Amino acid sequence: MIVYILCFVLFLVGLYGVITRRNLVKIVISLSIMEFSIFIFLALIGYIDGGIAPIITGQDINPTYVDPLPQAMVLTAIVIGLATTAMLMAIAIRLYRKYGTFDIREIKNLKG
Amino acid sequence: MSLIVKKVAQLITGFIFLYGIYIIVHGHLTPGGGFAGGAIVAGAYILQTLAFGRDTLLLKKKETNTSLSESISILIALMLAGAGFFIGTKVFFNNYLPTGKIGDLVSAGTIPLYNIFIGIEVAAALLTIFLALLIYKEEIEE
Amino acid sequence: MNSLIPLFIIIPLATAFIIPVIGKLTNYFAKTITPVMLLILCFFSISLLFCSKQESYIVGGWQPVDDIPIGIYLVLDGFSKLILCIISIIGFLVAFYSISYISKYTSENNFYALFCLMIAGMNGVVLSGDLFNMFVFLEISVIASYALVAFGVGKNELEASFKYQVLGNIASFLILFSIALLYWQTKTLNIADISDVLQTHDDSVFLTFTQILLITGFGLKAAIIPFHAWLPDAHSSAPSPVSAMLSGVLIKAIGVYVLIRLFFNMFEFTYEIAVVITVLGTLSMIIGSVLAINQWDIKRLLAYSSISQIGYIILGFGIGMMVLSKGGKEGVAVLAISGSLFHMVNHSVFKGLLFLNAGAIEYRTNTRDMNQLGGLAENMPITSTSSLGASMSISGIPPFNGFFSKLIIIIAAVQAKFYLLAFLAVMVSIITLAYFLKFQKSVFYGKNKNFRDIKEVPFTMSFSMIILVILCLGLSVLAIPSVREVVFDQAVNSLINLDEYLNLVIKY
Repeated sequence: MIVYILCFVLFLVGLYGVITRRNLVKIVISLSIMEFSIFIFLALIGYIDGGIAPIITGQDINPTYVDPLPQAMVLTAIVIGLATTAMLMAIAIRLYRKYGTFDIREIKNLKG
Repeated sequence: MSLIVKKVAQLITGFIFLYGIYIIVHGHLTPGGGFAGGAIVAGAYILQTLAFGRDTLLLKKKETNTSLSESISILIALMLAGAGFFIGTKVFFNNYLPTGKIGDLVSAGTIPLYNIFIGIEVAAALLTIFLALLIYKEEIEE
Repeated sequence: MNSLIPLFIIIPLATAFIIPVIGKLTNYFAKTITPVMLLILCFFSISLLFCSKQESYIVGGWQPVDDIPIGIYLVLDGFSKLILCIISIIGFLVAFYSISYISKYTSENNFYALFCLMIAGMNGVVLSGDLFNMFVFLEISVIASYALVAFGVGKNELEASFKYQVLGNIASFLILFSIALLYWQTKTLNIADISDVLQTHDDSVFLTFTQILLITGFGLKAAIIPFHAWLPDAHSSAPSPVSAMLSGVLIKAIGVYVLIRLFFNMFEFTYEIAVVITVLGTLSMIIGSVLAINQWDIKRLLAYSSISQIGYIILGFGIGMMVLSKGGKEGVAVLAISGSLFHMVNHSVFKGLLFLNAGAIEYRTNTRDMNQLGGLAENMPITSTSSLGASMSISGIPPFNGFFSKLIIIIAAVQAKFYLLAFLAVMVSIITLAYFLKFQKSVFYGKNKNFRDIKEVPFTMSFSMIILVILCLGLSVLAIPSVREVVFDQAVNSLINLDEYLNLVIKY
């Protein structure tokens, strides 16, 4: 049980980073930490003690397979995470180009 | 980059590329598949670009090519899936090819085909992202 | 199994990836194919709305084993039919409008490709029958919308897009986390199957935790009040057709729709959750309208009013949920929910129209500041008339559709004996009238200071606005009970009767 709670703690660490950091790139990194805490959680859900890779060949006697569905979910979520991180970095680089800084305290055109 | 980096990159790139292709074509037998293999293939290209560097014009040309091949491979994968409407049980994403024997390289029906096109797509997409960021950075320095 | 439901996802997805290939050869390809594709989807979805067939589709032909669904399901019931209609109709009109509007930007092909991708994602969310696919399609549509918000690559656009992305990503992670929790407890991802398992499950602490995570996640996507920070920036900075799409369709299809679908068809909601949802709806209704009064940027005012109108929709559903969970009269709940659905349709029509008007004004004058505008009614008659219609509709003046949907929600609130909520809804409607009068007066009437020699917008833009203002008047027909039953009864039934949805997917 403690492992699952540690995943949630990691999630909160990422959230803390998003809230407190002032650098655009550090915010992106914190978001990645949040994301990966969920991936670890998903991988843990599917893990079964002593289980083997679920490739069913019909030769194993009394096989215990790990749950393949969370692994598929993690892979798909990693692809999505790649897209979001690339998008965030592209916008961050363009923001640097426009404002000349990564500091969010100086990027505040929009208010109200 | 220094001579050591260039030489090592030259030696190692081919092996990385081959390993990526291995992962892609064995996607239905071993862990891995289109996404993992495609990422490795893209890694080979990225290593080459980082070690040698090319001028921006050449990279721009490369970027249009990669984004084109990305779109085309997605379209082909979509067509493969859409062909399921007309063959066999007539369901979208239907596995209409013969499945063969477990463990053979040519088996599992359409799944290896999807793996191959997804591999091309992922490699092209990662390379496009990398090149887009790289070209943009060089534009800043101008 | 010869149903054609997957075409709703395949056609926009294929269009999105054909555009970069063929669009390189000719400039006119993207402009023509996007509206044509959406027009086809329009006819398709409207024909589905008027036939009573509800069905589920198993992708890949993976039949259930021992009555446990193992494949990916696409489910078409009354509620999803209605949302599909909204997506395709507003999408078609907005794509037609963009033909002139987007020509001032470079790389039009990318705009249309992303637009089609967004449509494909939303159709996927609406049709998908299992949680994880819903998440994947949701991400497809929001990533496309992140890029579309930043399409102008100016200072404001980039800043708004970054803010939107950070909050949107946090929302996505919360949603993914709650999906993981649900999978952990129930070992299945199919919505109907989860609902089946949860009926015998009694771990209420876990369920409450998951429900709160889901409300936070989809609340962030739908911009309900404590989570609304991204919406005014993103909606005001995006190009106007995109704002119309975001406000008119996206926050409904990926926020409100999924929230309502999960709480009605997956969880057995308790009274507490119903109260939470009603309070959130009421708060966003009030605070959104109060914040809108003081805005002088046209699109920012419209964005805040979006928050307020989304509040109405959530409020209607909340009243229905409270009545149902307390075991009150079902007729009242049906009235509240169908009023909400009606307001959802109306809001996408008039808010889409208002954003298109704002775009038309910006197209000719290059400013959105109300202090500089004024007296445009003579120069731009079509824009002025259609915007007057939309303003009257959103603030609830009788012959227009907005009046009837608000009236139904208020009647339902009175019948359910929530007099305070009914009073607040009336008050907010009056405030809405106030700030739209300000909008009308300072933009179209009064003295024309700076812009004496501007013309009406081109045909493609005015065509969309005319069609939408006709829809604003025409949809009032839905207020007649017998007509309303034809359109909304299927949707309400599939929400209220849990068994109907379950039977659609797990055929006992």
